[in-house]
Amino acid sequence: MANTTPEGWILIGGFIVLTVAMAKPFGLWLHAIYEGRRTWLSPIVGPVERLLYKVGGVDPAREQGWRGYAVALFLFNAIGILFLYALQRVQGVLPLNPQEFSGVAHPVAFNTAISFVTNTNWQSYGGETTMSHLVQMLGLTVQNFVSAATGIAIAFVLIRGFARRETRELGNFWADLTRITLYILLPSCFVYALLLVFLGVPQTLAGSVAATTMEGAGQVIALGPVASQVAVKMLGTNGGGFFNVNAAHPFENPGDLSNLVQMLSIFALGAGLTWTFGRAVGNTKQGWAILAAMLVLFAAGVSSAYIAEASGNPIHHAAGVDPSGGNMEGKETRFGPAASALFATVTTAASCGAVNSMHDSFTPVGGLIPLFNIQLGEIIVGGVGAGLYGFLLFAILAIFVAGLMVGRTPEYLGKKIEAREIKLAVLAIAILPLSILGFTALASVMLQGLEGLQDSGPHGMSEMLYAYSSGTGNNGSAFAGLTASNDFWGLTLGIAMFLGRFFVIFPALAIAGSLAAKKPIPAGAGSFPTTGPLWVGLLVGLILIVGGLTFLPSLALGPGAEQLAMLRGQTF
Amino acid sequence: MSYHPPKRLSVFSWELMGPAIVGSFRKLDPRQLVRNPVMFATAIVALLLTVLLASGHVAASIGFQVQLVLWLWLTVLFGNFAEALAEGRGKAQADSLRDTKAQLWAKQLIGVGDVWDRVPATRLMAGDRVLVETNDLIPADGEVVEGVASVNEAAITGESAPVIREAGGDRSAVTAGTRVISDWIKVRVSQEPGQGFLDRMIALVEGAQRQKTPNEIALTILLVGLTIIFLIAVSTIPSFAAYAGGSIAVPLLAALLITLIPTTIAALLSAIGIAGMDRLVRFNVLAKSGRAVEAAGDIDVILLDKTGTVTIGDRRATEFRPVSGVSATELAEAAYLASLADETPEGRSIVALARERYGLPERQLPQEAKFDPFTAQTRLSGVEVDGSRIRKGAVDAILAHTPGAADSAAAAELRRITEEIARSGGTPLAVERDGRLLGILHLKDILKAGMRERFAELRRMGIRTVMITGDNPMTAAAIAAEAGVDDFLAEATPEDKLALIRREQIGGRLVAMCGDGTNDAPALAQADVGLTMNTGTQAAREAGNMVDLDSDPTKLIEVVGLGKQLLMTRGALTTFSVANDVAKYFAIIPAIFVILYPSLGIFNVMGLESSQSAILSAIIFNALIIPALVPLALKGVRYRPAPAAQILRRNLAIYGVGGIVAPFIGIKLIDIAVNGLGLA
Repeated sequence: MANTTPEGWILIGGFIVLTVAMAKPFGLWLHAIYEGRRTWLSPIVGPVERLLYKVGGVDPAREQGWRGYAVALFLFNAIGILFLYALQRVQGVLPLNPQEFSGVAHPVAFNTAISFVTNTNWQSYGGETTMSHLVQMLGLTVQNFVSAATGIAIAFVLIRGFARRETRELGNFWADLTRITLYILLPSCFVYALLLVFLGVPQTLAGSVAATTMEGAGQVIALGPVASQVAVKMLGTNGGGFFNVNAAHPFENPGDLSNLVQMLSIFALGAGLTWTFGRAVGNTKQGWAILAAMLVLFAAGVSSAYIAEASGNPIHHAAGVDPSGGNMEGKETRFGPAASALFATVTTAASCGAVNSMHDSFTPVGGLIPLFNIQLGEIIVGGVGAGLYGFLLFAILAIFVAGLMVGRTPEYLGKKIEAREIKLAVLAIAILPLSILGFTALASVMLQGLEGLQDSGPHGMSEMLYAYSSGTGNNGSAFAGLTASNDFWGLTLGIAMFLGRFFVIFPALAIAGSLAAKKPIPAGAGSFPTTGPLWVGLLVGLILIVGGLTFLPSLALGPGAEQLAMLRGQTF
Repeated sequence: MSYHPPKRLSVFSWELMGPAIVGSFRKLDPRQLVRNPVMFATAIVALLLTVLLASGHVAASIGFQVQLVLWLWLTVLFGNFAEALAEGRGKAQADSLRDTKAQLWAKQLIGVGDVWDRVPATRLMAGDRVLVETNDLIPADGEVVEGVASVNEAAITGESAPVIREAGGDRSAVTAGTRVISDWIKVRVSQEPGQGFLDRMIALVEGAQRQKTPNEIALTILLVGLTIIFLIAVSTIPSFAAYAGGSIAVPLLAALLITLIPTTIAALLSAIGIAGMDRLVRFNVLAKSGRAVEAAGDIDVILLDKTGTVTIGDRRATEFRPVSGVSATELAEAAYLASLADETPEGRSIVALARERYGLPERQLPQEAKFDPFTAQTRLSGVEVDGSRIRKGAVDAILAHTPGAADSAAAAELRRITEEIARSGGTPLAVERDGRLLGILHLKDILKAGMRERFAELRRMGIRTVMITGDNPMTAAAIAAEAGVDDFLAEATPEDKLALIRREQIGGRLVAMCGDGTNDAPALAQADVGLTMNTGTQAAREAGNMVDLDSDPTKLIEVVGLGKQLLMTRGALTTFSVANDVAKYFAIIPAIFVILYPSLGIFNVMGLESSQSAILSAIIFNALIIPALVPLALKGVRYRPAPAAQILRRNLAIYGVGGIVAPFIGIKLIDIAVNGLGLA
């Protein structure tokens, strides 16, 4: 507990309380869109919506089965990747390029295209010095919206799988995508961007301004449509900042209040979806139970990270650094250990990836928490939509293992969990270690992989592990340190992001299809209870055991070994 | 032949252990092993290490590596042993049944008349007709088409009292292997060769061609998935180690992998299934498939026939209700006389009540007395004795047969009493003597002892009970309330039953019922669990998915319990197995990584002596836990009816929390022993 402050704990506690408070209002709003109900926005947005359907030749009332939905979704994403790749390559000859950047090189363009379409927003480039305004707005910002909408749409489908009975119909992808974008993401980002401008975030189409510093030196300060991008990077858990240093940049995140608001906005839609889930399946307690399990994991993570960061690094202390400030390396002085640890935990619990401090410079345990959050699949509140459907996969496993213990074929929300669901859930969950550990193992023995590392020893291991975790988990935050712009990293991370996104999405959709076709069993005294503290504890336990055991060896060799070395004053 | 049910062998008696030990080696056959993917993976790893050892690739000390290989093979053998032991209990019974089958010869009827040919029973086809005479064994399952005989069914039921089998009606089904003790019957064979009841029973008790049940398949998929995940986790370690500038010997990685993959539950999974079926068999219930046993655990609604399940079969007289102006003794005496010749249980209960309550002297009907038996047409019976005529019967029948009585004040009173009795669930019988209405006999259904508590138990478990009865709704409601069932279906026809089952199933509920008559067959087939009485017809036995050899319908409740126990045992051991991994990690991770980063020794929270002893202890624990849990797998976890939340809390505490804690203690103790013996 060394050096933690009451203010720090109040910030963390307050954040959790505010997250709970946000769940219902956002959940209600999401639920209206989930059901396709008319809202007060309909008179304004409705005409645009109908126009889009008309142009696209879509009948929003024609629902698709899980296969049709998956095909539409994949088609849309594949085209998105190709378009974004092409746009970057030819940006040099296109307008809205005030800084006259040339076309983006191949591995970076490939990596970035997948990165933004998969809601990862891993950036192996500096945004303000690589991408033209056209690419930022037409490419990246568009994907910021639609990749988030895709995630929410999949969550909707899985919710429908539980809520509907004996049907093949799971909704219309094009309609879901359009509605989520028009009724949820655009309006909330619009309002949110205005709020950010009010809090001091710039919003302009100017490229940069030249300034003379107090020492009289010349400085070029990059500017641009920052507020709008920050709004969607947070609400849509994209995480790709306008500036390379992301939310640590004073223009992206000017102060304490904007910091708190930004953290809350990362969780807003994810927490709301848990409520929507409960409402849709006819018992809001079901949603609260899931949010509770998420927040228990979150509270444990953030507390560990905060304590680790506040305790600081004994090696620094020995070198004469004041220990009372905690570990301040890589942190903004205006945020300090608590707000930095909290931000790091939030951004990795959700698959956001925005950062307000350098995770690479965290103490090993402080950095382990974000890493572990990502490795669990970012199911603690999680990326918009992705968090809920990822969590539900674990819930299916938990109910299957423990549900038998009440003497019935396991069922969740009245739907029997059988061989098919287990097969799909295991497939989706197994893809995480396959990609994360597989690629890290590959990188750690390949010259091309190792040359990207900044540090040797266990910290280098953590950098690699973090990169592939971040890519596979579609988080997008980096452990800094790592230079991931060579062909090897660009390619493997691109593949990792693709695997981590679509090899979870397809099983999730297939499960939804399988569940929707089932006849629900009415709940009774003999049913497995999925609302109380027992269920919450069970979920937390299973997630920690399955997730923890999978990654423990690698974590022991990375941050584990490093923390112990640090405590003994050993460096590499 | 005489049939002796095999004596109950204790699990660890040598009679069972011996063959099971032999069986565990025989099951090393890869074709058998591959059916259990996790154990198959374990065997491959054991083989790999054996080959490495044999070819001289010794990474650690040779003694350590030999022990490691040994314990890996033992892990596989223990799994085989569990399965062989579970199968062994059924084997003795199966052998005895097979003997019976070998003795079966048939007198196959050819053409018309009683001309027959002696053929082995195995050549009989469905549709063939056979003659079975006194002392013959019935050669195949079938239906009696001619004749009546008493049959000893001990070979199947273990019950030696003979039963009557006759053509037509609900007692026409006969089973191969049972013996006709008197008279003869002609039987039309209803089974194809090798698919009879006896064959099914042999396969069942032996667990031979046991099909994996749906839930077992799903669980196996999960176990394979966990195995793959851990395979990924372990197989990437060498690269990480190389990065850290070291290497980790293959045997150590193998040890880590085997302790992490869910060997415990995988080893016990099939034993749990076999033992679950075996529990049913010992309970004298035969399930046609494991699927049916699992379905039993999921039951939401149980349909119970009133007679024989909720109430004992017969009604009893409990009260005499005279009309005004008639003394109770007068009514009792008339009823007594009217019932003397009535041999039905109701009749006898009237005689008993009259003598007990009113001290009437014991007497015989005089020779000249004339008795009119009860018929369905008249719905009354009567006697002429001592110069007067007494009649008793259904109230409206008596009123109709008593001229001028219908409008009298006595009749009005009679109707009032009748309604009162009917509302309380009883059956009223009116009595008149020489045209004078005397009063009413109150006959009552007698509830079976303890059923009310059983129904309450079921309700706590979330299972609804529905009583099925031919009684009118008023009577049914009263009995239902007294018995404490949740619902009832009155004046039920077989069609009503079927409709009720369908309705419940559309609502997503699983339904269990029992029955025996041919007209029950559609409902038995529709129900998720259809328990047929062994005394039932062939059609009913075909339709249901379980047969109760004792023909006791209340067993349906126990069958549900056994189904739940089977699922609970599987879940409990899965949870235990997965929870065990935490401690194994704490044993092995520091042990193998300490050469890379000595500081990781801090995770050795158990304070295990050395790396080698830590690894050995974990792998020994992992192997020994299998035989240690065999008794639990065979007996099943303790099951007591309770709400799901309560059962879950208890099992989670024992098998979840216990599963985390137990190996910490176990591994530490083994480590002490290993070091004490100087094995590492």
